Amino acid sequence: MALPTYAGPLERSWYYAFRIICAAIFVFLIAPILIIIPLSFNAEPYFTFTRAMLTFDPDGYSLRWYEDFWNSTSWMASIRNSFIIAIGATIVSTSLGTLAALGLSRSHMPFRAAIMGVLISPMIVPLIISAAGMFFFYSKINMAQTYLGIILAHAALGTPFVVITVTATLSGFDHSLTRAAASLGADPTTTFFKVTMPLILPGVISGALFAFITSFDEVVIVLFLAGVEQRTIPREMWSGIRESISPTILAVASILIAISVLLLLSLELLRRRNERLRGIVES
Amino acid sequence: MAQATIAQTDAVTSSGSMITASGEPLKVSLARAERRKRLTAFFLVVPLLIFILITFIIPIGDMALNSVRNPEVVTYLPRTADAIQEWDGQGLPDEVVFEALVEDLREGMGTPAIGRVGARLNYEKSGMRSTMQRAGRAARQLEPPYRETLVERDATWGEPGTWRVIQRESSPFTLSYFIAALDRTYDDEGNIVQVREDQRIYVQLFIRTFMLSLVITALTLLLGFPIAYLMAHQPARIANLLMILVLLPFWTSLLVRTSSWIVMLQQQGVLNDLMVLVGLIGDDGRLLMVYNQTGTIVAMTHILLPFMVLPLYSVMKTIPPSYMRAARSLGANQWTAFWRIYVPQTTAGIGAGGVLVFIISIGYYITPALVGGQSGQMISNFIAFHMQRSLNWGLAAALGTILLAAVILLYYLYNRIIGVDRLKLG
Repeated sequence: MALPTYAGPLERSWYYAFRIICAAIFVFLIAPILIIIPLSFNAEPYFTFTRAMLTFDPDGYSLRWYEDFWNSTSWMASIRNSFIIAIGATIVSTSLGTLAALGLSRSHMPFRAAIMGVLISPMIVPLIISAAGMFFFYSKINMAQTYLGIILAHAALGTPFVVITVTATLSGFDHSLTRAAASLGADPTTTFFKVTMPLILPGVISGALFAFITSFDEVVIVLFLAGVEQRTIPREMWSGIRESISPTILAVASILIAISVLLLLSLELLRRRNERLRGIVES
Repeated sequence: MAQATIAQTDAVTSSGSMITASGEPLKVSLARAERRKRLTAFFLVVPLLIFILITFIIPIGDMALNSVRNPEVVTYLPRTADAIQEWDGQGLPDEVVFEALVEDLREGMGTPAIGRVGARLNYEKSGMRSTMQRAGRAARQLEPPYRETLVERDATWGEPGTWRVIQRESSPFTLSYFIAALDRTYDDEGNIVQVREDQRIYVQLFIRTFMLSLVITALTLLLGFPIAYLMAHQPARIANLLMILVLLPFWTSLLVRTSSWIVMLQQQGVLNDLMVLVGLIGDDGRLLMVYNQTGTIVAMTHILLPFMVLPLYSVMKTIPPSYMRAARSLGANQWTAFWRIYVPQTTAGIGAGGVLVFIISIGYYITPALVGGQSGQMISNFIAFHMQRSLNWGLAAALGTILLAAVILLYYLYNRIIGVDRLKLG
């Protein structure tokens, strides 16, 4: 979007004004996330920059909130719970979702639109309604306040993401490859694991990452379904914000930001690998 | 090639129908192969379909049915529910009905039954909870004629309105939760009227939820359009870098983003401190920007902005830049070219992002609950309130069903306009 040479002064000033506006919007997007990180090293129990922090006085900074976090049994338990639930939910939703996407992307799929509507519904229905429905359901079958109950509930929420990403990957899949494998004598299982799977793997992994983060970040279902035993990190943050607001949650938030940066980077790498495999050259 | 083979086979058979190598008509063989393929495809989907149906669709349908289910009076006052059907609604019911009630009450003593019926009837007529409990305690000592003794103990039983409520609610299904969810109620004559002005909450709440979502959608469009435009017109390397700035908030925990807005906006927070520091406001003039509607709007706009930018960006990337140049060369000034040529080509993206952001925001719960204070609460927060605090599950279900209907309608439109298959993530 370089400025053309014939641009007049009005156009020229609009060109720079537009960039300043865009920069401001990017600041709006990023600043709230970045501001948390220095504040989590605050030596005082405040949620704003102290004078000592602004003058870069080393005494103004400390690791006390990270220590708090590390020494708190409830935070540590919540980390364990979050990983147990998110990994369990990811395994269930990735395997079921990938299988379904394989079926959905075949041209012979009957009632495709209706089935897609049902499978996508967990993403569309407001969480509070899902949570209310699941609360009654899991209470009836005595699975409220169990790990399995929450894992299954989160798996249901994660499947649409897996279905969407894997279906998207399969839409660019060249089906003559499987026919070639079959003509060379591979049975369907071998074909799947040797030919199809390696090609759709980036889609499956990014679907799995979506499912993981959906569960890892989910709090409404946990609020309704989990007992004290199954409190996850977002659930602890929820009570941290509502009840006893302490900068420890800023330390936790900074750690979560680090995790999301890692996730984002792995997704970006996957996307590049996928493009390279499919021979799409970046312009 | 295939046609040539078919033609050959056709030529070989004298009957005129095409035959495969195994001697079977081609049509049958083909139909079987197609059916097998369809079945394979279907069986791949079945596990997930069953899983979603059992753990998601059926529970939600069941919850939605709670909004019309009305088991209390029928279950816990079965004789009364039976006897009162005969009553014509004029004056007080016959002694038979009173006798049935006393029998039901005697049976229900010491069980949760009377409490539950009381709570249920209390939604319809305030004071019924204690009336039922008093009657339940007194049931054993009551002597016939019950009509006189009951009315003597509690004048509520002498009001025809009380009995009309019981008569109305003695069927297994009811619309009263939906009526309550629309700020309506039955008057003593059984007509549906608006509730007292100071008790009207839900219609106002639906309107507020709708308006807030509209404002948030408009703001995300206002902020999302320029940056999507900028990204779409940069070389891939810079665009990818800017994309990371959009995706980082998208991938950051919702609670992290919400708490960072509390840190930013609260009275002793970063923004107020900054404004005091530069002298924009005095130390005593700190702005209230969180725990009210402003907090909800700012935080939700931030949270939902990526949902607007991503579809806009993917549409804008497909618009050829030559169209704008053509418009300019034909004499349009920059604004005209942009408004008449560029913007109409982005409507698919605006529609996709707009509906997506709107759908997500009308059902939002977490952020309004944490930063919304009183004025920033949305319909979801009241559903949660009735689920967890007031335990009026029927009303929660009715409010939820209305919300769900709105979301499904919007989703249907979204699917019609854009198609869910084209939903892109990341």
